[in-house]
Amino acid sequence: MTATDDRPATTPAPEIGQARKRKEDQHLITGRTTWTDNMTLPGMVHLAILRSPMAHATISNIDVSGALSRPGVIAAYSGQDFADTQGVIPCAWPVTPDMVNPGHPSLAVSQVNHVGEAVAVVVARDKASAQDALEAIEIDYEPLPVVLDMEAAVADGADLVHGHTSSNRSYTWAFESGAAGTGAPIDEVLGAAEVTVKRRFIQQRLIPAFMEPRSTVVQPIGEGFTMWSATQVPHILRTMLALTLGVAEHKVRVIAPDVGGGFGGKLQVTPEEVITTLVARKLGKPAKYTESRSESLMSAHHGRDQIQDITITAQRDGTVTGLDVHLYADMGAYLRLVSPGVPVLGAFMYNSIYKFQAYRFVCEGVFTNKTPTDAYRGAGRPEATFAIERIMTELADELGMDPMELRRKNWIKHEEFPFTSVCGLTYDSGNYEAATDRALELIGWDELRAEQAQRRESKDPVQLGLGISTFTEMCGLAPSRVLGSLDYAAGGWENAAIRVLATGKVEVVTGASAHGQGHETAWSQIVADQLGVPFEDIEIIHGDTQSSPKGLDTYGSRSLVVGAIAVVKAAEKVVAKARRIAAHMLEANEDDLDFAGGTFKVRGVPGEGKSIQEIAFATFAAHDLPDGMEPSLDADATYDPENFSFPHGTHLCAIDIDTETGHAKIRKYVCVDDIGHVINPLIVDGQVHGGLAQGIAQALYEEAIYDEDGNLTTGTFVDYLLPSAADLPSFTTDRTVSPSTSNPLGVKGVGEAGTIASTPAVVNAIVDALRPWGINDIQMPCTPERVWRAINEGAEHSERDPSGTVAYGGASTSTSDGTYAEGDQL
Amino acid sequence: MIPVSFDYVRPGSAAEAVQALVEAGEDGKILAGGQSLLPILRLRLAYPETVIDLGGISELVGVTDDGDGIVIGAMTTHDDVLHDSLVAQHAPLLAQATRTVADPQVRHRGTFGGALAHADPAGDLPAVALALDAELRLQSASGQRSVSAKDFFLDYLTTALEPGEILTSIRIPKLGDGWSTHYEKFNRVAQAWSIVAVAAAVRRSNGTITEARLGLTNMGPTPLRATATEQALAGADASAAAVRAATDQAAEGTSPPSDLSAKADYRRHLATVLTRRAVLTAAGI
Amino acid sequence: MTRVNVTVDGVGYTDEVEPRLLLVQYLRERLGKVGTVIGCDTSNCGACTVLLNGKSVKSCSVLAVQTDGGEVVTVEGLANADGSLHPVQQAFHDKHALQCGFCTPGMMMAACDLLRENPNPSEAEVREGIEGNLCRCTGYQNIVAAVQAAGAAMSGGAASGEASA
Repeated sequence: MTATDDRPATTPAPEIGQARKRKEDQHLITGRTTWTDNMTLPGMVHLAILRSPMAHATISNIDVSGALSRPGVIAAYSGQDFADTQGVIPCAWPVTPDMVNPGHPSLAVSQVNHVGEAVAVVVARDKASAQDALEAIEIDYEPLPVVLDMEAAVADGADLVHGHTSSNRSYTWAFESGAAGTGAPIDEVLGAAEVTVKRRFIQQRLIPAFMEPRSTVVQPIGEGFTMWSATQVPHILRTMLALTLGVAEHKVRVIAPDVGGGFGGKLQVTPEEVITTLVARKLGKPAKYTESRSESLMSAHHGRDQIQDITITAQRDGTVTGLDVHLYADMGAYLRLVSPGVPVLGAFMYNSIYKFQAYRFVCEGVFTNKTPTDAYRGAGRPEATFAIERIMTELADELGMDPMELRRKNWIKHEEFPFTSVCGLTYDSGNYEAATDRALELIGWDELRAEQAQRRESKDPVQLGLGISTFTEMCGLAPSRVLGSLDYAAGGWENAAIRVLATGKVEVVTGASAHGQGHETAWSQIVADQLGVPFEDIEIIHGDTQSSPKGLDTYGSRSLVVGAIAVVKAAEKVVAKARRIAAHMLEANEDDLDFAGGTFKVRGVPGEGKSIQEIAFATFAAHDLPDGMEPSLDADATYDPENFSFPHGTHLCAIDIDTETGHAKIRKYVCVDDIGHVINPLIVDGQVHGGLAQGIAQALYEEAIYDEDGNLTTGTFVDYLLPSAADLPSFTTDRTVSPSTSNPLGVKGVGEAGTIASTPAVVNAIVDALRPWGINDIQMPCTPERVWRAINEGAEHSERDPSGTVAYGGASTSTSDGTYAEGDQL
Repeated sequence: MIPVSFDYVRPGSAAEAVQALVEAGEDGKILAGGQSLLPILRLRLAYPETVIDLGGISELVGVTDDGDGIVIGAMTTHDDVLHDSLVAQHAPLLAQATRTVADPQVRHRGTFGGALAHADPAGDLPAVALALDAELRLQSASGQRSVSAKDFFLDYLTTALEPGEILTSIRIPKLGDGWSTHYEKFNRVAQAWSIVAVAAAVRRSNGTITEARLGLTNMGPTPLRATATEQALAGADASAAAVRAATDQAAEGTSPPSDLSAKADYRRHLATVLTRRAVLTAAGI
Repeated sequence: MTRVNVTVDGVGYTDEVEPRLLLVQYLRERLGKVGTVIGCDTSNCGACTVLLNGKSVKSCSVLAVQTDGGEVVTVEGLANADGSLHPVQQAFHDKHALQCGFCTPGMMMAACDLLRENPNPSEAEVREGIEGNLCRCTGYQNIVAAVQAAGAAMSGGAASGEASA
């Protein structure tokens, strides 16, 4: 039973559901920020890192001594100097027992495997001196064959990324509904199909591109150290650094101060964090490393990069029967924290909201000489949602059915919940009909279809396309036992503690680690309702392993669904303790007390009652407490969810295609999301808007491109295109509410919904516009050139020229930042 | 993110600037608005020993009317160009194109002269200068000279500026009666360089196009005139069909680059579409 | 070293600086004005935007020595002397126009400049006016609403065609 359950109807307006303005904003809008790079400590030294210009090479010689004679330089190290102490970057998700993990040194020792890999570090009294001295490092590379194409990489006789392995295949992970007992055998269903549609979709490589470049400050203290880092995961980082470096965990403190976005990109134990720690401990001085944007784009982990071969089968009437998924997933050169698990996270989502009889998922993780991939907003689920929403649309085209009617025919009806999917997941709640009907109404679907027909008829150079995405996702990572069954090394619980101070003010300690999500505001609203204390009287403490010692941090839309439930559980314990003291103070039986609006009253007895603040002070004074009761209202709780939550929604996109140039411009975007109960609609809308922007950007703009030598040619924001305000539409958002039945708040999580849902809506819209040309796919990003080639050459999967543009009249901006540039290239 | 070390001088006059440039020799670099130079320095794509900042030379700033043309000081910022009444009246094409250059912050610092002297073929203003038959005024220790825009842009990032010579002003002839203009720009995101763009000035008399001047952005190592289309338009009907026929030749004689924004053949196609649109819009067809 | 005299957020400074020192580095490393941040190295992101002599500039694209004799206003100088928020700051708070907050200083300074020129911008004008500033969190929708709301507050009128939210 929750504390909310025993509130009578007279309770003041709840905080939950209010559009509270954020507590976090004040220091952010006045520039009183604590970004890691803002920090200066007495005696601090600064690092600059030399990065490999080669995608694959043996380091035949490296001499850092030249840097030592440069002004202000304190030290310089190559990988050989740390070969025995640096350990390897941890991979916490060995998805199969025979997964090959080649080992990932933070500073390359004898071989480099991707452009941008760290090969040496210079330490100086200021950053400029360190940067200047990089050019004095002598390093010779013996080139090795560069492995870039995944299919070529797994072919017989392929050149190897890692010579000590037997192939470039890291693992093969498989699921099959017949074997799992969650559905029919896939081969039987595929064989009996009346209609079969096969497609290959390319999930291009993306870069998370958080706005704050990564930065790390390490202060050695005694046997251990304190690290400030731009990280999403201070708790995981602490544990992993302790294991990697052999420092006792209790001697390590990690602080995530203000963190400027992450999107999965800061869910990592980075080589730079390890290098900074090694240097600080070696010199006994506080040390700072802050990357440039160019360094970030080439060395911080990337996302997506999968080849998806999808087969769907159906009966002639449109009833879907089987779904067969094969992935090649590019790991890049190494396995980082959860690299292998990212595609596997999508394994249970390809079937989405549809009732398949049989399902198979096979994923092969492949090494290439590219930057490692890892989590990026949605992590596995955007890929799954894209594939199923695209293939459903293609199936509808094959059957001559309306794409929405095909979906309606096959999705789980609202009265069928809870529903166990062909993967064995139990979807607890949802109402796809309601969300879809609302979305169709908001966008004016029928009018747009009429306009489309008219434009086709008149051969208007600007054609209109309409795209659908009816998505679900699994959020709230994750039930620990499920993670265990997937061979993840850690659990998925979250911890919270509540401290009630003498004056009735409340401190809430959370293991979630926000970097823009608004936890301080949302958690305050939740606790205000739970304890009946004012919103303003609550302080949220997070992001420092010393003050919030236990947690598993923020990713996978888990903070509210797991982290905030832990807060609720702690609050329930506080209320239970307070109830006992209140009963003592009121000389009543605990069972006769009502708790509402922060006050305990004896049921049916008029009078003042005792407020939580009065009880707090009485507890502090401890003069007269119930016998045997310790003088504390404080409580903590660790919550491990029993199930995922399953947000869903219907996203619709109307897009104008200039068929003469190929340019696509979104005219209207409507989404109706069902994320269960909403704590703060202001924050939820913001999360949806931002998620949409990222998902749309995958469809239209973003792609990390390597040339044939393995250079990242989208190495700056000139060529890795993020949309600006001028490139995006105003979104129309709305919600339906089907509360989750898996947690006491009825919440589902919203951090990734917009990103997961929007990409296929946009691409479906583009393909819809181009159907009259016989086009049934456009490779992402759907650049004007690709759209134009599809129209004019039927080239649906045209390769882009990998050459970077000549921005500012420089050379190609790849591998820039002067780490190897020589001479004046102007 | 950190440039290499360099010496810095800030002359107070064009003559002093020329002197400083001569003294700096081949490792000297002119800093105008700095909106291209500073990114290049930050990325360490350039290693000047001396940077000569023209920001303190008031004689290089401002727009004046010399009767048949307007004269724009090389250090006049894009933002000042945008807000100048002489430019608005006599060179609206320049104002329209300038409004599409980068973003407001860059336009506050970047200068017209700097953009021309940098001669980035993906930049918007070289093609405009070319279409408007601008005359560039250069100064060196040996005196002053004028070079027409068609003779100024020699190759990729290469101009007629000699060592020791600076660009001091740009004269743009006023267009007479019957002229109208349009700048048609194509890019993937708003803040990006043009993939292709077209600067069009068209003169109409009754139902006929009597003359057209067309500058192409990013269709070769220098800004180019769409000469074949210009010739085809001269005397053509002011009709959509005639314009289409003429502008189908817009990519003739060009040699556009291939890069991740566009391969060369697609750029050539874009040039025809954008030229058609620019001409139709300019001519009010 | 070159001498620079500059006023930043109302305080005069005289310093000897290396010519290569960027304004943003001068602000952060010499003056401790760490409210202004660095988000890229190619002038795309606009996170470092400040006002120089009243106009928005990217402080990564100005040398500190170029500001000699000038006046700089950063995010730290935006609020009033009594600590009350500038209308743009207030509007960013009210409209939830920030999430992680890293782009926010530059975004607000760009907004101030936009509203100086156009006190009552349309949605499209706001979107174009902040095209030099990248945000990865908000999808810009609430930023656009905030800039319009700030304009309305500063000119005492109502926002024109406020972005739908």
